[in-house]
Amino acid sequence: MNSQHSDTFEPRITAFVCNWCTYTGADLAGTSRLHMASNVRIIRLPCTGRIDPLFIVKAFERGADGVIVSGCHPADCHYTSGNYHARRRFAVFHDIMQFLGVDPRRMTFSWVSASEGAKWKDVVNETVANIRELGPYEAYRALAPDAVEPWPEAVDGLTPAGDQEPAAKEVAS
Amino acid sequence: MTGPAIAPAYAGVDELRRVARELLESGEVRVIIGWEDARRGARPVFITDPAEADKLIFDTRCVHNLVTYLDPRRDHVSELGRIGLVVKGCDAKAVAGLLRESQLSRDHVVLIGMRCGGVLEEGELPEPLALTPENVAPRCYGCDNREPTLTDHLLGEPQPEPPRPVMTIDERVAALDDLPLEERWAFWTEQFSKCVRCYACRQVCPLCICERCIVEKTQPLWIESAAHPRGNFSWNLTRAIHLAGRCVDCGECERFCPVGIPLSLLNRKLQQIVHDRYGYTASDDPENAAPIGDYRLDDQQEFIK
Repeated sequence: MNSQHSDTFEPRITAFVCNWCTYTGADLAGTSRLHMASNVRIIRLPCTGRIDPLFIVKAFERGADGVIVSGCHPADCHYTSGNYHARRRFAVFHDIMQFLGVDPRRMTFSWVSASEGAKWKDVVNETVANIRELGPYEAYRALAPDAVEPWPEAVDGLTPAGDQEPAAKEVAS
Repeated sequence: MTGPAIAPAYAGVDELRRVARELLESGEVRVIIGWEDARRGARPVFITDPAEADKLIFDTRCVHNLVTYLDPRRDHVSELGRIGLVVKGCDAKAVAGLLRESQLSRDHVVLIGMRCGGVLEEGELPEPLALTPENVAPRCYGCDNREPTLTDHLLGEPQPEPPRPVMTIDERVAALDDLPLEERWAFWTEQFSKCVRCYACRQVCPLCICERCIVEKTQPLWIESAAHPRGNFSWNLTRAIHLAGRCVDCGECERFCPVGIPLSLLNRKLQQIVHDRYGYTASDDPENAAPIGDYRLDDQQEFIK
Protein backbone atom coordinates (compact mmCIF):
# COMPACT_ATOMS: atom_id res chain seq x y z
CA MET A 1 0.00 0.00 0.00
CA ASN A 2 1.07 3.63 -0.07
CA SER A 3 0.44 6.92 1.61
CA GLN A 4 -2.61 7.72 -0.55
CA HIS A 5 -4.72 6.43 2.34
CA SER A 6 -3.31 8.95 4.76
CA ASP A 7 -5.94 11.62 4.27
CA THR A 8 -9.11 9.66 4.76
CA PHE A 9 -8.12 6.34 6.28
CA GLU A 10 -8.46 5.92 10.04
CA PRO A 11 -6.76 2.69 11.10
CA ARG A 12 -8.65 0.37 13.42
CA ILE A 13 -6.26 -1.07 15.93
CA THR A 14 -6.96 -3.56 18.66
CA ALA A 15 -4.59 -3.69 21.62
CA PHE A 16 -4.40 -6.74 23.87
CA VAL A 17 -2.68 -5.63 27.04
CA CYS A 18 -1.93 -7.10 30.42
CA ASN A 19 -3.73 -5.74 33.43
CA TRP A 20 -0.68 -5.12 35.58
CA CYS A 21 1.76 -3.22 33.40
CA THR A 22 0.59 -1.99 30.04
CA TYR A 23 -2.99 -1.29 31.02
CA THR A 24 -1.75 0.74 33.96
CA GLY A 25 0.85 2.37 31.69
CA ALA A 26 -1.88 3.30 29.22
CA ASP A 27 -3.93 4.66 32.11
CA LEU A 28 -0.94 6.74 33.14
CA ALA A 29 -0.61 8.06 29.59
CA GLY A 30 -4.25 9.13 29.82
CA THR A 31 -4.08 10.75 33.24
CA SER A 32 -0.86 12.48 32.15
CA ARG A 33 -2.86 13.99 29.25
CA LEU A 34 -0.36 12.70 26.71
CA HIS A 35 -1.44 13.31 23.14
CA MET A 36 -1.78 10.17 21.10
CA ALA A 37 -3.77 8.77 18.23
CA SER A 38 -7.25 7.65 19.17
CA ASN A 39 -7.37 4.65 16.84
CA VAL A 40 -6.61 2.04 19.45
CA ARG A 41 -9.24 -0.01 21.27
CA ILE A 42 -7.79 -1.64 24.34
CA ILE A 43 -8.77 -5.09 25.57
CA ARG A 44 -7.49 -5.77 29.06
CA LEU A 45 -6.44 -9.27 30.03
CA PRO A 46 -4.87 -10.62 33.20
CA CYS A 47 -1.50 -11.32 31.60
CA THR A 48 0.18 -11.60 28.19
CA GLY A 49 0.26 -15.31 28.96
CA ARG A 50 -3.53 -15.19 28.68
CA ILE A 51 -3.40 -13.86 25.13
CA ASP A 52 -4.06 -16.65 22.69
CA PRO A 53 -2.74 -15.98 19.16
CA LEU A 54 -6.29 -16.69 18.10
CA PHE A 55 -7.29 -13.35 19.67
CA ILE A 56 -5.16 -11.64 17.04
CA VAL A 57 -6.70 -13.68 14.25
CA LYS A 58 -10.15 -12.83 15.61
CA ALA A 59 -9.30 -9.13 15.67
CA PHE A 60 -8.31 -9.27 12.01
CA GLU A 61 -11.49 -11.19 11.25
CA ARG A 62 -13.56 -8.48 12.90
CA GLY A 63 -11.95 -5.83 10.76
CA ALA A 64 -8.86 -4.66 12.65
CA ASP A 65 -6.15 -3.17 10.45
CA GLY A 66 -3.49 -3.73 13.07
CA VAL A 67 -3.00 -5.34 16.45
CA ILE A 68 -0.88 -4.44 19.47
CA VAL A 69 0.11 -6.99 22.10
CA SER A 70 1.76 -5.53 25.15
CA GLY A 71 2.59 -6.57 28.67
CA CYS A 72 5.13 -6.51 31.46
CA HIS A 73 8.84 -6.39 30.81
CA PRO A 74 10.77 -9.62 31.38
CA ALA A 75 11.23 -10.27 35.11
CA ASP A 76 8.24 -8.02 35.92
CA CYS A 77 5.38 -10.43 35.36
CA HIS A 78 2.79 -10.36 38.11
CA TYR A 79 2.52 -14.12 37.70
CA THR A 80 6.30 -14.61 37.49
CA SER A 81 6.53 -16.23 34.07
CA GLY A 82 3.43 -15.46 31.99
CA ASN A 83 5.30 -13.02 29.78
CA TYR A 84 8.13 -15.50 29.18
CA HIS A 85 5.65 -18.06 27.91
CA ALA A 86 3.96 -15.39 25.82
CA ARG A 87 7.31 -14.31 24.38
CA ARG A 88 7.92 -17.77 22.93
CA ARG A 89 4.37 -18.18 21.72
CA PHE A 90 4.35 -14.83 19.95
CA ALA A 91 7.82 -15.29 18.49
CA VAL A 92 6.54 -18.44 16.77
CA PHE A 93 3.28 -16.76 15.83
CA HIS A 94 5.08 -13.69 14.47
CA ASP A 95 7.29 -15.86 12.26
CA ILE A 96 4.59 -18.19 10.97
CA MET A 97 2.26 -15.29 10.13
CA GLN A 98 5.02 -13.85 7.97
CA PHE A 99 5.37 -17.21 6.26
CA LEU A 100 1.64 -17.09 5.53
CA GLY A 101 2.02 -13.65 4.03
CA VAL A 102 0.87 -11.35 6.85
CA ASP A 103 2.88 -8.14 6.99
CA PRO A 104 4.67 -8.15 10.37
CA ARG A 105 4.03 -4.41 10.69
CA ARG A 106 0.36 -5.22 11.26
CA MET A 107 1.31 -6.78 14.59
CA THR A 108 3.16 -4.75 17.20
CA PHE A 109 4.57 -6.48 20.25
CA SER A 110 5.89 -4.39 23.11
CA TRP A 111 6.81 -4.33 26.76
CA VAL A 112 5.28 -1.31 28.49
CA SER A 113 5.51 -1.04 32.26
CA ALA A 114 3.08 0.77 34.56
CA SER A 115 5.40 3.78 34.67
CA GLU A 116 5.96 3.97 30.92
CA GLY A 117 2.99 6.09 29.87
CA ALA A 118 5.25 7.91 27.44
CA LYS A 119 6.41 4.66 25.88
CA TRP A 120 2.80 3.56 25.43
CA LYS A 121 2.11 6.83 23.62
CA ASP A 122 5.07 6.13 21.31
CA VAL A 123 3.98 2.54 20.68
CA VAL A 124 0.47 3.69 19.79
CA ASN A 125 1.63 6.52 17.57
CA GLU A 126 4.21 4.41 15.76
CA THR A 127 1.71 1.62 15.19
CA VAL A 128 -0.92 4.00 13.90
CA ALA A 129 1.64 5.60 11.58
CA ASN A 130 2.72 2.17 10.29
CA ILE A 131 -0.83 1.03 9.66
CA ARG A 132 -1.67 4.36 8.03
CA GLU A 133 1.21 3.69 5.67
CA LEU A 134 0.06 0.14 4.97
CA GLY A 135 -3.55 1.11 4.45
CA PRO A 136 -6.69 -0.84 5.38
CA TYR A 137 -6.21 -4.59 5.71
CA GLU A 138 -8.20 -5.29 2.57
CA ALA A 139 -6.42 -8.59 1.93
CA TYR A 140 -7.76 -10.10 5.14
CA ARG A 141 -11.22 -8.67 4.66
CA ALA A 142 -11.29 -10.12 1.15
CA LEU A 143 -11.33 -13.58 2.75
CA ALA A 144 -14.96 -12.91 3.65
CA PRO A 145 -16.01 -9.73 1.86
CA ASP A 146 -19.61 -9.82 3.04
CA ALA A 147 -18.98 -10.97 6.55
CA VAL A 148 -17.09 -8.14 8.23
CA GLU A 149 -18.99 -7.04 11.26
CA PRO A 150 -19.35 -3.31 11.81
CA TRP A 151 -16.60 -1.75 13.82
CA PRO A 152 -17.96 0.30 16.70
CA GLU A 153 -17.54 3.93 15.75
CA ALA A 154 -17.89 5.10 19.29
CA VAL A 155 -17.42 3.09 22.44
CA ASP A 156 -18.74 4.19 25.81
CA GLY A 157 -19.16 7.77 24.70
CA LEU A 158 -15.65 8.10 23.28
CA THR A 159 -15.47 10.40 20.29
CA PRO A 160 -15.27 8.65 16.93
CA ALA A 161 -11.77 8.62 15.52
CA GLY A 162 -12.72 11.05 12.72
CA ASP A 163 -13.24 13.87 15.21
CA GLN A 164 -9.60 13.70 16.24
CA GLU A 165 -8.30 15.01 12.96
CA PRO A 166 -5.59 17.36 14.33
CA ALA A 167 -4.05 14.73 16.59
CA ALA A 168 -4.16 12.14 13.82
CA LYS A 169 -2.40 14.51 11.39
CA GLU A 170 0.31 15.11 13.94
CA VAL A 171 0.91 11.42 14.19
CA ALA A 172 1.07 10.88 10.48
CA SER A 173 3.73 13.51 9.90
CA MET B 1 11.00 -46.93 -19.69
CA THR B 2 10.29 -49.33 -16.87
CA GLY B 3 8.76 -48.30 -13.55
CA PRO B 4 10.56 -48.52 -10.22
CA ALA B 5 11.62 -51.99 -9.13
CA ILE B 6 10.06 -53.95 -6.30
CA ALA B 7 11.91 -53.32 -3.04
CA PRO B 8 14.02 -56.22 -1.75
CA ALA B 9 12.24 -58.13 0.99
CA TYR B 10 12.69 -56.57 4.43
CA ALA B 11 14.87 -58.92 6.45
CA GLY B 12 13.25 -58.24 9.81
CA VAL B 13 9.72 -59.39 9.01
CA ASP B 14 10.17 -62.94 10.33
CA GLU B 15 11.59 -61.55 13.53
CA LEU B 16 8.66 -59.12 13.77
CA ARG B 17 6.16 -61.98 13.47
CA ARG B 18 8.06 -64.06 16.03
CA VAL B 19 8.23 -61.21 18.56
CA ALA B 20 4.55 -60.38 18.04
CA ARG B 21 3.55 -64.02 18.49
CA GLU B 22 5.60 -64.36 21.67
CA LEU B 23 4.21 -61.14 23.14
CA LEU B 24 0.65 -62.31 22.53
CA GLU B 25 1.25 -65.90 23.69
CA SER B 26 2.91 -64.82 26.91
CA GLY B 27 0.06 -62.42 27.60
CA GLU B 28 2.49 -59.54 27.83
CA VAL B 29 0.27 -57.60 25.45
CA ARG B 30 -3.39 -58.06 24.52
CA VAL B 31 -3.15 -56.63 21.05
CA ILE B 32 -0.46 -55.97 18.46
CA ILE B 33 -1.00 -52.99 16.19
CA GLY B 34 1.01 -53.22 12.99
CA TRP B 35 0.57 -53.39 9.24
CA GLU B 36 -0.86 -56.11 7.03
CA ASP B 37 -1.02 -56.64 3.29
CA ALA B 38 -4.38 -55.88 1.73
CA ARG B 39 -5.81 -55.44 -1.72
CA ARG B 40 -4.97 -51.75 -1.77
CA GLY B 41 -1.56 -52.04 -0.15
CA ALA B 42 -0.42 -51.96 3.42
CA ARG B 43 -3.00 -51.06 6.04
CA PRO B 44 -3.13 -50.98 9.84
CA VAL B 45 -4.13 -54.22 11.54
CA PHE B 46 -5.05 -55.14 15.12
CA ILE B 47 -3.96 -58.67 16.03
CA THR B 48 -5.15 -60.40 19.19
CA ASP B 49 -4.72 -64.04 18.16
CA PRO B 50 -1.07 -65.28 18.19
CA ALA B 51 -1.90 -67.49 15.19
CA GLU B 52 -2.52 -64.38 13.14
CA ALA B 53 0.87 -62.82 13.84
CA ASP B 54 2.04 -63.99 10.41
CA LYS B 55 -0.21 -61.35 8.87
CA LEU B 56 2.25 -58.69 9.93
CA ILE B 57 4.40 -57.05 7.28
CA PHE B 58 6.94 -54.27 7.13
CA ASP B 59 8.02 -52.64 3.88
CA THR B 60 8.13 -49.29 2.08
CA ARG B 61 4.33 -49.12 1.99
CA CYS B 62 4.05 -48.91 5.78
CA VAL B 63 3.48 -45.15 5.71
CA HIS B 64 0.86 -44.94 8.46
CA ASN B 65 1.77 -43.56 11.86
CA LEU B 66 0.07 -46.08 14.13
CA VAL B 67 0.73 -43.96 17.21
CA THR B 68 -2.53 -42.22 16.45
CA TYR B 69 -4.18 -45.28 18.08
CA LEU B 70 -2.45 -44.38 21.36
CA ASP B 71 -3.96 -40.89 21.31
CA PRO B 72 -5.90 -40.44 24.57
CA ARG B 73 -8.96 -39.46 22.49
CA ARG B 74 -9.12 -43.12 21.47
CA ASP B 75 -9.71 -44.66 24.86
CA HIS B 76 -11.57 -47.54 23.22
CA VAL B 77 -8.15 -48.66 21.98
CA SER B 78 -6.42 -48.40 25.34
CA GLU B 79 -9.33 -50.34 26.86
CA LEU B 80 -8.23 -53.36 24.83
CA GLY B 81 -5.40 -53.79 27.31
CA ARG B 82 -1.65 -53.51 27.01
CA ILE B 83 -0.68 -52.69 23.43
CA GLY B 84 2.23 -53.90 21.34
CA LEU B 85 2.86 -51.23 18.74
CA VAL B 86 5.06 -51.47 15.67
CA VAL B 87 6.85 -48.15 15.10
CA LYS B 88 9.21 -46.50 12.66
CA GLY B 89 11.59 -43.80 13.86
CA CYS B 90 9.17 -40.94 13.15
CA ASP B 91 6.40 -42.82 14.93
CA ALA B 92 8.63 -43.31 17.98
CA LYS B 93 9.00 -39.52 18.16
CA ALA B 94 5.22 -39.27 18.40
CA VAL B 95 5.21 -41.80 21.27
CA ALA B 96 7.82 -39.61 22.98
CA GLY B 97 5.52 -36.63 22.42
CA LEU B 98 2.65 -38.39 24.21
CA LEU B 99 4.94 -39.46 27.07
CA ARG B 100 6.37 -35.94 27.38
CA GLU B 101 2.88 -34.55 27.82
CA SER B 102 1.80 -37.30 30.24
CA GLN B 103 -0.80 -38.56 27.79
CA LEU B 104 0.45 -42.12 27.86
CA SER B 105 1.85 -44.49 30.44
CA ARG B 106 5.03 -46.15 29.21
CA ASP B 107 3.93 -49.38 30.92
CA HIS B 108 0.85 -49.51 28.76
CA VAL B 109 2.72 -50.06 25.53
CA VAL B 110 5.43 -52.37 24.23
CA LEU B 111 7.22 -50.70 21.35
CA ILE B 112 8.52 -52.82 18.50
CA GLY B 113 10.85 -50.53 16.58
CA MET B 114 11.73 -51.21 12.96
CA ARG B 115 14.97 -50.01 11.41
CA CYS B 116 13.66 -47.86 8.59
CA GLY B 117 15.08 -46.83 5.24
CA GLY B 118 12.23 -44.53 4.34
CA VAL B 119 8.75 -45.10 3.01
CA LEU B 120 6.79 -44.33 -0.14
CA GLU B 121 4.81 -41.15 -0.42
CA GLU B 122 1.75 -43.19 -1.28
CA GLY B 123 1.35 -46.60 0.37
CA GLU B 124 -1.66 -47.90 -1.54
CA LEU B 125 0.22 -50.20 -3.88
CA PRO B 126 -0.04 -53.94 -4.46
CA GLU B 127 3.74 -54.39 -4.18
CA PRO B 128 6.35 -52.55 -2.09
CA LEU B 129 8.30 -50.46 -4.56
CA ALA B 130 11.96 -49.59 -4.18
CA LEU B 131 12.37 -45.96 -3.22
CA THR B 132 13.30 -43.49 -5.94
CA PRO B 133 13.53 -39.67 -5.90
CA GLU B 134 10.07 -39.63 -7.52
CA ASN B 135 8.18 -41.90 -5.14
CA VAL B 136 9.90 -41.44 -1.76
CA ALA B 137 8.02 -39.57 0.99
CA PRO B 138 9.89 -36.22 0.96
CA ARG B 139 9.97 -36.07 4.75
CA CYS B 140 12.14 -39.21 4.86
CA TYR B 141 15.08 -37.37 3.32
CA GLY B 142 17.53 -36.41 6.05
CA CYS B 143 15.67 -38.44 8.72
CA ASP B 144 17.63 -38.45 11.96
CA ASN B 145 15.81 -41.35 13.61
CA ARG B 146 15.97 -44.31 11.27
CA GLU B 147 16.92 -46.48 14.24
CA PRO B 148 14.47 -45.55 16.98
CA THR B 149 15.89 -45.64 20.49
CA LEU B 150 12.60 -45.45 22.38
CA THR B 151 11.79 -49.14 21.84
CA ASP B 152 11.54 -52.42 23.69
CA HIS B 153 12.52 -54.46 20.64
CA LEU B 154 14.56 -53.10 17.76
CA LEU B 155 14.25 -55.27 14.67
CA GLY B 156 15.52 -55.45 11.10
CA GLU B 157 18.82 -54.90 9.38
CA PRO B 158 20.34 -51.42 9.20
CA GLN B 159 18.75 -49.81 6.15
CA PRO B 160 20.28 -47.58 3.47
CA GLU B 161 19.53 -43.88 3.56
CA PRO B 162 16.38 -42.85 1.71
CA PRO B 163 17.01 -41.16 -1.66
CA ARG B 164 16.87 -37.41 -2.06
CA PRO B 165 13.44 -36.45 -3.40
CA VAL B 166 13.16 -34.40 -6.59
CA MET B 167 12.46 -31.37 -4.42
CA THR B 168 13.01 -31.52 -0.66
CA ILE B 169 10.55 -29.98 1.80
CA ASP B 170 13.22 -27.53 2.90
CA GLU B 171 13.71 -26.40 -0.69
CA ARG B 172 9.98 -25.89 -1.12
CA VAL B 173 9.80 -23.90 2.12
CA ALA B 174 12.78 -21.80 1.01
CA ALA B 175 11.14 -21.15 -2.36
CA LEU B 176 8.05 -19.84 -0.56
CA ASP B 177 10.18 -17.78 1.79
CA ASP B 178 11.77 -16.09 -1.23
CA LEU B 179 8.40 -14.87 -2.53
CA PRO B 180 7.14 -11.40 -1.62
CA LEU B 181 4.56 -11.26 1.19
CA GLU B 182 1.61 -10.71 -1.14
CA GLU B 183 2.44 -13.78 -3.18
CA ARG B 184 2.84 -15.93 -0.08
CA TRP B 185 -0.54 -14.68 1.10
CA ALA B 186 -2.05 -15.49 -2.28
CA PHE B 187 -0.47 -18.96 -2.24
CA TRP B 188 -1.71 -19.89 1.22
CA THR B 189 -5.17 -18.38 0.96
CA GLU B 190 -5.66 -20.28 -2.28
CA GLN B 191 -4.48 -23.51 -0.66
CA PHE B 192 -6.67 -22.99 2.40
CA SER B 193 -9.67 -22.08 0.27
CA LYS B 194 -9.69 -25.72 -0.87
CA CYS B 195 -10.21 -26.91 2.70
CA VAL B 196 -13.53 -28.70 3.22
CA ARG B 197 -13.12 -28.73 7.01
CA CYS B 198 -13.32 -32.49 7.30
CA TYR B 199 -10.69 -32.30 10.09
CA ALA B 200 -8.97 -35.43 8.79
CA CYS B 201 -5.67 -33.67 9.54
CA ARG B 202 -6.68 -33.44 13.18
CA GLN B 203 -8.21 -36.89 13.45
CA VAL B 204 -5.14 -38.66 12.11
CA CYS B 205 -2.60 -36.60 14.05
CA PRO B 206 -1.11 -38.61 16.92
CA LEU B 207 -0.48 -35.39 18.85
CA CYS B 208 -3.83 -33.61 18.39
CA ILE B 209 -4.88 -34.81 21.80
CA CYS B 210 -7.50 -32.32 22.99
CA GLU B 211 -10.67 -34.01 24.07
CA ARG B 212 -12.59 -31.01 22.82
CA CYS B 213 -10.99 -29.15 19.95
CA ILE B 214 -11.14 -25.34 19.89
CA VAL B 215 -12.81 -25.54 16.49
CA GLU B 216 -15.79 -27.26 18.09
CA LYS B 217 -16.27 -24.54 20.69
CA THR B 218 -19.16 -22.51 19.43
CA GLN B 219 -20.05 -20.43 22.50
CA PRO B 220 -18.21 -18.21 21.77
CA LEU B 221 -17.35 -19.24 18.25
CA TRP B 222 -13.58 -19.00 17.97
CA ILE B 223 -13.11 -20.52 14.55
CA GLU B 224 -15.88 -20.23 12.01
CA SER B 225 -17.01 -23.72 11.13
CA ALA B 226 -18.22 -23.04 7.59
CA ALA B 227 -15.74 -23.96 4.87
CA HIS B 228 -15.06 -20.47 3.58
CA PRO B 229 -11.67 -18.79 3.20
CA ARG B 230 -11.69 -16.78 6.42
CA GLY B 231 -12.59 -19.64 8.74
CA ASN B 232 -10.28 -21.92 6.79
CA PHE B 233 -7.35 -19.58 7.31
CA SER B 234 -8.07 -19.43 11.01
CA TRP B 235 -8.42 -23.21 11.29
CA ASN B 236 -5.31 -24.15 9.35
CA LEU B 237 -3.23 -21.58 11.18
CA THR B 238 -4.54 -22.76 14.54
CA ARG B 239 -3.95 -26.42 13.78
CA ALA B 240 -0.39 -25.62 12.82
CA ILE B 241 0.50 -23.45 15.80
CA HIS B 242 -1.04 -25.89 18.26
CA LEU B 243 1.55 -28.34 16.95
CA ALA B 244 4.47 -25.91 17.01
CA GLY B 245 7.36 -27.66 18.71
CA ARG B 246 5.26 -30.83 18.99
CA CYS B 247 4.93 -31.97 15.38
CA VAL B 248 7.14 -34.97 14.62
CA ASP B 249 6.85 -34.65 10.84
CA CYS B 250 5.17 -38.00 10.28
CA GLY B 251 3.34 -36.39 7.35
CA GLU B 252 -0.01 -38.02 8.12
CA CYS B 253 -2.01 -34.76 8.04
CA GLU B 254 -0.91 -34.00 4.51
CA ARG B 255 -1.33 -37.59 3.36
CA PHE B 256 -4.87 -37.69 4.71
CA CYS B 257 -5.89 -34.27 3.39
CA PRO B 258 -8.52 -35.03 0.73
CA VAL B 259 -7.88 -31.75 -1.12
CA GLY B 260 -4.09 -31.78 -1.04
CA ILE B 261 -3.19 -28.77 1.11
CA PRO B 262 0.62 -28.86 1.55
CA LEU B 263 0.48 -28.95 5.34
CA SER B 264 4.00 -30.36 5.53
CA LEU B 265 5.34 -26.99 4.38
CA LEU B 266 3.60 -25.25 7.24
CA ASN B 267 4.73 -27.90 9.72
CA ARG B 268 8.31 -27.78 8.44
CA LYS B 269 8.40 -24.00 8.70
CA LEU B 270 7.33 -24.27 12.34
CA GLN B 271 10.04 -26.85 12.95
CA GLN B 272 12.57 -24.47 11.44
CA ILE B 273 11.30 -21.62 13.62
CA VAL B 274 11.56 -23.56 16.89
CA HIS B 275 14.93 -24.90 15.82
CA ASP B 276 16.34 -21.50 14.88
CA ARG B 277 14.94 -19.73 17.91
CA TYR B 278 15.15 -22.39 20.62
CA GLY B 279 17.50 -25.02 19.23
CA TYR B 280 14.73 -27.62 19.47
CA THR B 281 14.45 -30.65 17.23
CA ALA B 282 11.77 -33.29 17.70
CA SER B 283 13.37 -36.47 19.01
CA ASP B 284 12.23 -39.72 20.56
CA ASP B 285 13.60 -38.73 23.96
CA PRO B 286 10.62 -37.90 26.21
CA GLU B 287 12.92 -36.00 28.60
CA ASN B 288 13.75 -33.46 25.91
CA ALA B 289 11.42 -30.58 26.91
CA ALA B 290 9.25 -29.13 24.14
CA PRO B 291 9.92 -25.45 23.38
CA ILE B 292 6.38 -24.13 23.85
CA GLY B 293 5.46 -24.37 27.50
CA ASP B 294 9.10 -23.91 28.41
CA TYR B 295 11.18 -20.72 28.36
CA ARG B 296 14.57 -19.23 29.02
CA LEU B 297 15.20 -15.85 30.58
CA ASP B 298 17.35 -14.86 27.60
CA ASP B 299 15.01 -15.93 24.79
CA GLN B 300 15.22 -13.80 21.64
CA GLN B 301 12.90 -10.81 21.60
CA GLU B 302 14.03 -8.82 18.59
CA PHE B 303 10.40 -8.55 17.41
CA ILE B 304 9.28 -6.86 20.66
CA LYS B 305 9.49 -3.10 21.06
